[in-house]
Amino acid sequence: MKDAAHLIRLAAVFAAGFIAFLLIRQALVPAGFGKYGHFRAGALDDIRARKVSFAGREQCAICHDDRVKELHAGKHAGVGCEACHEAQAKHAQLDDPSTGKPVLPDTKVLCARCHEKNNAKPRGFPQVATAEHSGGEPCKSCHNPHSPKL
Amino acid sequence: MNELVQSVQGFMYPDEVELQWSVLIVLYPFITGLVAGAFILASLERVFNVEEVKPTYRLALLTALAFLIVAPMPLQLHLGHPERSFEMFLTPHKTSAMAMFGFVYMWYLMVVLVVEIWLEFRRDIVMAARTTRGLLGFVYRLMTLGSMNISERALAIDDKTGWIITIIGIPSAFLLHGYVGFIFGSIKANPWWSTPLMPVVFLFSAMVSGIALVMLMYMATTWLRKRTIDMRCLDTIARYMFYTFVIDFSLEMLDLIHRIYQSDESFQSLDFMVHTRLWMSHVVLQIVIGTVVPLLMLAATQVLPLRDAVRRAIYASSGGLTLIGIFAMRWNVVIGGQLFSKSFLGYTTYKMALTTREGLLTSIVLMILPFFILWALVKLLPPWWETSGTKTAGGAHGSAV
Repeated sequence: MKDAAHLIRLAAVFAAGFIAFLLIRQALVPAGFGKYGHFRAGALDDIRARKVSFAGREQCAICHDDRVKELHAGKHAGVGCEACHEAQAKHAQLDDPSTGKPVLPDTKVLCARCHEKNNAKPRGFPQVATAEHSGGEPCKSCHNPHSPKL
Repeated sequence: MNELVQSVQGFMYPDEVELQWSVLIVLYPFITGLVAGAFILASLERVFNVEEVKPTYRLALLTALAFLIVAPMPLQLHLGHPERSFEMFLTPHKTSAMAMFGFVYMWYLMVVLVVEIWLEFRRDIVMAARTTRGLLGFVYRLMTLGSMNISERALAIDDKTGWIITIIGIPSAFLLHGYVGFIFGSIKANPWWSTPLMPVVFLFSAMVSGIALVMLMYMATTWLRKRTIDMRCLDTIARYMFYTFVIDFSLEMLDLIHRIYQSDESFQSLDFMVHTRLWMSHVVLQIVIGTVVPLLMLAATQVLPLRDAVRRAIYASSGGLTLIGIFAMRWNVVIGGQLFSKSFLGYTTYKMALTTREGLLTSIVLMILPFFILWALVKLLPPWWETSGTKTAGGAHGSAV
């Protein structure tokens, strides 16, 4: 046993390290961790306290029902309002939304994001070489973005 | 973004345009592979009693430790916020392979390598603690843990314990590098990675690279110390490297043939990539220069009666080429797997930066750093008995040069 004393010392060093780790763990792991899953329970309240950015289509439809109906009838039925008009929760929450009107998107840039011609896109997907197709004119000069089919 | 889009050919989904895993993620499996390989070479002598490789035993252990200390650094630099990495120990996530790796790493570093090295060098540490003064003497005394007992019985206990640790260490080394392959092989969305062969291929390539590194280190240190190379040792190491390399190459070719014969929906895209963007790194560097050439050179030493000097030159050059080939293999897996689109209709480009956090200079520093650490370790714990001042071959277990 005397000749194995150094191994006991080594084991003691490891045990001390392990105990130190447990103490550090106790001090550093935030309260509520693991209550609902592998995260800090308090994070839910923190997230809930953050401001909402997107209003959602239902909110838009309260005032812009005509536009939403037009959108639903056309090819862009699946595209959310805020996909083109940016997050508008701030605008929707105003007492008088007309005092903070959102800026209209530049259709020259916006439409090309999806419809610029690329040979690798599926054949049936509407796409144009915008430089040749419109010669720099904004798309909305001819197309209604809410119902683009001419 | 415009600059990035210019590097795209065909169609890519937006999140595929920019590569997320840089050259640092290439370094990480390369370095862990060297660790696992070096340790497995050391265990050859310890567990399987291959007496010939004895002169490299201690050097292999110190090399493994030096590289293991550097292994997580590329990950830390890639992720940023290194202080957060400690959290995976505080709140372990049992279903995440990446998170559990922290424990594999810690187990391997502390329980396997540090303990085995301590047991192996304890006799030398105690003797140095008795004779060295000053700060270094204090470090040695600290390393003895206050026990100066180096009686025959105590050393025999060390030897037995070290043997048990090595037995535990072999599956641990397999786990360490098998895991790295698992991380890639288990990604089902990526056909370039997703194969159950990946952990096995990574493991064998790790063994090849680790053996090559220790062989080169042994040759270099012997040359620097102006000693004669033990050709019996070198021949044995080269023979093991050759055998392991044959298995590794066979597995990689099996994977390749399987892919070609299966020709699933990804094949055309991957085939195009290998013939264009990966031609240089995959076919030329990895397969031809880094595998076929060193294999043929090593095969020549097995069948032809060559002079010692010629064999040494062949071992040195084939070792160097092997390391280049294995590095290219890591590059092709990590970078190659991100160059093509999952739509199989487009390809992107990886342009390595020079001075950024994940750039070329950082990679070079990370590759040189283990050699500095090894130099410091060798100064502290000389692996050759002449300089450690002991008459018998260093420690209870021994490492005669």
